[in-house]
Amino acid sequence: METLEQKGIRRSDNGLFEDKYMLDISQLTKIYPTPKGDYVVLDDLDLKVKHEEFISIIGHSGCGKSTLLTMIAGLNPISRGTIIANNETVRGPGPDRGVIFQSPSLLPWMTAYDNVMLGVKQVFAHGTKKDRDDIVKYYLSKVGLEDAMYKKAKELSQGMQQRVGIARAFALKPKVLLLDEPFGMLDSLTRGELQDVLIEVWNQEKITAIMITHDVDESIFLADRVIMMTSGPRAKVGDILEIDFERPRLRKDVLEHPDYYKYREHLIDFLEH
Amino acid sequence: MKDRSIHILNFVGLGFFEPAIRLAAGEETKKNLIALLKKVFLPVLSVGLFLVLWHAGASYLYNVEKDFKIERAKEASGDAGVALELKRIETGESSINSLPSPGAVLAAFKTLLADHRSITAKKAAFKEKVAATNAKREEQGLEPITYTGRPSFVDQIFTSLKTVFAGFFLALFLAVPVGIILGLSSTLRSSFNWLIQIFKPVSPVVWFLLVYMIVKTMTLSYNGDVSFIISFIAVGLCAMWATLVNTTLGVSTVDKDYINVAKVLNLGVGQKVFKIVLPSSFPLIFTGLRITVSVAWMVLIAIELLSQSPGLGTFVWEEFQNGANDSNAKIIAAMFVIGIIGFLLDRLMFTVQKFVTFTEEAAA
Repeated sequence: METLEQKGIRRSDNGLFEDKYMLDISQLTKIYPTPKGDYVVLDDLDLKVKHEEFISIIGHSGCGKSTLLTMIAGLNPISRGTIIANNETVRGPGPDRGVIFQSPSLLPWMTAYDNVMLGVKQVFAHGTKKDRDDIVKYYLSKVGLEDAMYKKAKELSQGMQQRVGIARAFALKPKVLLLDEPFGMLDSLTRGELQDVLIEVWNQEKITAIMITHDVDESIFLADRVIMMTSGPRAKVGDILEIDFERPRLRKDVLEHPDYYKYREHLIDFLEH
Repeated sequence: MKDRSIHILNFVGLGFFEPAIRLAAGEETKKNLIALLKKVFLPVLSVGLFLVLWHAGASYLYNVEKDFKIERAKEASGDAGVALELKRIETGESSINSLPSPGAVLAAFKTLLADHRSITAKKAAFKEKVAATNAKREEQGLEPITYTGRPSFVDQIFTSLKTVFAGFFLALFLAVPVGIILGLSSTLRSSFNWLIQIFKPVSPVVWFLLVYMIVKTMTLSYNGDVSFIISFIAVGLCAMWATLVNTTLGVSTVDKDYINVAKVLNLGVGQKVFKIVLPSSFPLIFTGLRITVSVAWMVLIAIELLSQSPGLGTFVWEEFQNGANDSNAKIIAAMFVIGIIGFLLDRLMFTVQKFVTFTEEAAA
């Protein structure tokens, strides 16, 4: 039974087992009205994400990946269709869906600690002060910032700011983690470091995660499934690739795995056609 | 020590002294000599050039007026008249009230300071004299006797500063809260936009008259310093617009990323305003306040002049009416004092602005 639970299968009210997804997106459509008529970004998109699954969404620029993510986050109104996250229909933003933005979006006048605390205070309003303090410090040291906790966000490098962004998202213990090209603005060395940080924290928390990315290698290294989106307008899911590497993954093992280049070729093949 | 003083100087906006300090520390002599030349020597040179031109202009104007007077004396009573007129000019009996020379202004400034010292001495003596009487009056529950003599130039400066700060704080407490409210609501913003656009360009003189009409009626039975009340309110109303407009702009254009953070974290309205909206608009609010201080100081002189409230404006006007030999020189001396105080006020606000600004480029 435990294994069933792990796979995202839950006992329903009538005692029977049935498939329940952490995130269930059905017939999702996004239309932007323009003077020349409606512009359909996403058209009848369906996507189901299991508990504790890490999926990445890859596709060309402007295909509506970010639109999809902001709609799940509740920051962007839905034109048609439904998004059900953790058995609740998404109607607006909420702390059950943590977001790591592309730009770190830290409040530059606050310290790293205060930036994380701002959300923690909101979510753990009933906990003691000590508990909240522990949570903030735990996650900041998890992302390797124990020495820079009390630095102002503006004094941190881009990479370190995004580490704070990761800590802030995980510290809120969301049900779903949404990552909008979180490493897109970083140089490739820092990007690699941060992928390691992210996957390390994620291995312990196993929060259902959806990540938008441009980077083929990143998507293979991090995800259980890679969702390939067709080019817009009227974008939808084009293909899905299961990545069967064992977890926890080490970058070295993944790169040396015989299937790695097969996966890579599959993705590049899709993106080039 | 060296780095610290450089840091402080840059912080208060007096960074042009940096090369001098570096030079004194024997650091990169050639580079810092050039920097010193550029930042200190050339400005000093330009001030020198200004003084030379001023002096030349002033003596030219003096001679024009002198020649005119001698010419007239000659026409009236011949050579004897000329000699007499020259003597009268020499003694100052026949005054030439043209543009005073830099030397005359410096002398006038020294006179003003000496005058201040003598008035301070008089005040102290007066205080000593009436100390016993005042103590007695206090026991009887009467008001103490105060010095009612003429205020000195330095006293006027402090009165003016008091007025300007009262006006500034009025502007601050009026414009910042209203600006925040307008910034938060686009409906209110468009409702009040016309009024703001109409009142913003109104001249200080008209503001003064408007405030005068209202305050005069409201203080009919008040015996205190009504002219001070009128002038500081008028100064505040003239100067508050920059802050109001900047605060509104700052609050209404908070970075979308920050707003998204507030949404994702489900922050309440109070937290959103105090933790995110206000701090992120501080740079613009303080830019507005800095403009407000400059404007307040600028309109103050005109408003004091009109309201007869004591201060530098009144001083300038009284000297102009006075028409003594050194009146013009005193006016020019006051002009420089006003300019320098304005500059220092701006540096003060610049420093405060740097304290609250989170981005490097926002403060200029």
